Amino acid sequence: MKSINETHIKFPSKSINEGFARSVVSAFVMELDPTISELADIKTAVSEAVTNCIVHGYKREIGVVYIDAYITEEKRVVIKIRDKGVGINDVKQAMQPLFTTAENEERAGLGFAVMQSFMDKVKVRSTPGKGTTVTLEKLIVPIR
Amino acid sequence: MVQTDYKNDILTVYLKGEIDHNRAADIRVTIDSRINSLRPKKLELDFSKVSFMDSSGIGLIMGRYRAVGLVGGELKIKNVPENLSRIIELSGITSLGVF
Repeated sequence: MKSINETHIKFPSKSINEGFARSVVSAFVMELDPTISELADIKTAVSEAVTNCIVHGYKREIGVVYIDAYITEEKRVVIKIRDKGVGINDVKQAMQPLFTTAENEERAGLGFAVMQSFMDKVKVRSTPGKGTTVTLEKLIVPIR
Repeated sequence: MVQTDYKNDILTVYLKGEIDHNRAADIRVTIDSRINSLRPKKLELDFSKVSFMDSSGIGLIMGRYRAVGLVGGELKIKNVPENLSRIIELSGITSLGVF
């Protein structure tokens, strides 16, 4: 992957930062001139991934959420959202629609389903006790 | 933040701005305290001023469907903007018959 632009941010896993993360990533991808709907897709997917770090990765402690975002030569947006939290024991199960371990927080269990539906590619790497990295990719179609 | 209106046994909640995990908790508390004190026959959630919603909004809708059901009321979702239709369709909550 050859990137023509990149940005790296980190912030504490406070839920107030969900909106901040969405805004930063959407500002970053503006140079590709995305449609309103492409931008909404990216914002929603980022919101889901960051919320996962906050609700699941760090549960009741405050840790650091890292976002590394890249724009590639072929106008692809690649966003890595990472935590050093508890990790996921069974990634396949976690990605099942409606599966949630936070029922009392009214989580719908749709985070990964939304990411998969709104982005071209979603990759999850997780090590229990070490943390989780979600990589989101989307091609911003340049021809209107 | 959340404006509510109660008339003829109908509790209407006007949601506004961005609904994410951060905001959903406060909205939930506000609506549930209204539901429990007023015991409405119908809860209407008006989404016309909502500019963004992730799956936290879906959790919020599902939770209020249950909460108002517990006091014998029903839920109705109103004025969903076009940009929210994708996440709503994906979630399958259209099958609850609340639209």
